[in-house]
Amino acid sequence: MSSNTGSNSNSAAEVAVSVENVTKIYPGGVEALNNMTLDFPKGELTSLLGPSGCGKTTLLKIIAGLLPATSGAVKVNGKPVTGPGRERAFVFQDFALMPWATVIRNVAFGLELQGVAKSARMAIAEKQIADVGLKGFENRFPHELSGGMRQRVGLARALAVDAEVLLMDEPFSAVDEQTRRKFQEDLLGVVQNQQKTFLFVTHSIEEAVYVSQSIALLLPRPSRVSEIIRPDIRRDISPDAIRRDPVYLDTVERIWKGLRTYVE
Amino acid sequence: MRDFFRHPLTLRIISVAIVFGAWEYAGRIPISPAFPTFLQTMSALWGMLADGSMAKVYPATFQPLFIGLIISSILGVGCGIFMGLNEGAEWFGAPVFIVLQSAPLAALIPLLTFAYGIGLTSKIMTVCIMAMPVIVLNAFNAIRHTPKSLIEMGESYLGSRRQVILKIILPSASPVIYAGLRLGAAMGFIGAVLAELLITPTGIGDLITYNQSIAEYDKMYAAIFSIMVFAVIFIEILEYSEYKFFRPDKRVKQ
Repeated sequence: MSSNTGSNSNSAAEVAVSVENVTKIYPGGVEALNNMTLDFPKGELTSLLGPSGCGKTTLLKIIAGLLPATSGAVKVNGKPVTGPGRERAFVFQDFALMPWATVIRNVAFGLELQGVAKSARMAIAEKQIADVGLKGFENRFPHELSGGMRQRVGLARALAVDAEVLLMDEPFSAVDEQTRRKFQEDLLGVVQNQQKTFLFVTHSIEEAVYVSQSIALLLPRPSRVSEIIRPDIRRDISPDAIRRDPVYLDTVERIWKGLRTYVE
Repeated sequence: MRDFFRHPLTLRIISVAIVFGAWEYAGRIPISPAFPTFLQTMSALWGMLADGSMAKVYPATFQPLFIGLIISSILGVGCGIFMGLNEGAEWFGAPVFIVLQSAPLAALIPLLTFAYGIGLTSKIMTVCIMAMPVIVLNAFNAIRHTPKSLIEMGESYLGSRRQVILKIILPSASPVIYAGLRLGAAMGFIGAVLAELLITPTGIGDLITYNQSIAEYDKMYAAIFSIMVFAVIFIEILEYSEYKFFRPDKRVKQ
């Protein structure tokens, strides 16, 4: 039932994260995931796209090691996941910044928990803050920043620990539309520059098609992978051109046709 | 000029001035022969400060008050944090403190006197039973309401349980813990005076009862006023220490 029926799912070179027959039943009997199997290719951005209730955030949290699976296994680089790990970093939907800590301490917090010396982690954080475009805001507090800037802090924190896999849980859903567009453009650059694997949960079809190399389309009741789509959009054209690209528009249309019957 | 009228300090001074003005006016009507005006009370306060009668009694009040507040703060915050982190401790502890919080504690004082005599112990106990419940329950609720995503963040970035508690849960809970401490301190001041009124008249309680019995109402109100001033100052210091040590972000304008 849940198999890789995508057009060219076997073109992926190496697998960074593999999900094998994962089932998740919450206490109380709610079944969030049912025997799901899915591979995430290395060095690419894969979106988990689907209507609400399809278990995409649950799957991401299981991969992060924040939630235990009821059965099945998750492997990162071939090693089974038993909890959070150094090779994975999480970007939260609500940013999860500590309001009492400055931007630089928030960005360096992953390193602080790992016991990296203060001067070393501050240097790394400073660079990451500059890379996400927040230079000059190091000593501000989160409440002094706009929503979009806060999520840049969240992204910088994830990049600072230099994990191979970035898990992003609807990272742009809490920021306004214009900021989101800018973010999506910036994310394309980040994916290109960093040799990392990105797992990206979203409920926006346009966003998924715009930023992803491949999209895992999830459907609810029972929760399953219906299709793997690889939008063949040329990435050498400008960010604006992508949004007018026929392939982009057709892919969005095709996904919507598949999903509309599941949206009540 | 508009900024001047909107400045927090201006507003505070205006608020205080209105209360004192109303007091002065009510005293001049007069609403009761036993109700002195604000200015009479202040001159009595000045007199008591000048002749040393106030300085003489305060040590007796502050001793049980501060011992009681220190015990309640440490024990109360400790219990609250423990209950917030440990569900077993919550089931065990929460009912006790919820009952204590709503119980008429003044009615328990004779029982304390019976058990611990009329000395310092009873007075410290009075301060504690007044101050502890609100401190414990606030600390407990503060810990319980740590945003879930912050805890998940700590765990996903490989924080140990200890790191998550010290670096995330406690700073996140500190505003509400401090709110509990401030309320607890106010209750403690009430407890200390209550103990002196109901157990044995010493310290400021003695000053209040004595002046009441000889109908020196301005002095009686001056004594009550002085303990309120101390309570306010103490609570302000607590607030300052919170901003300084735990929540530097609160000092930056929202």
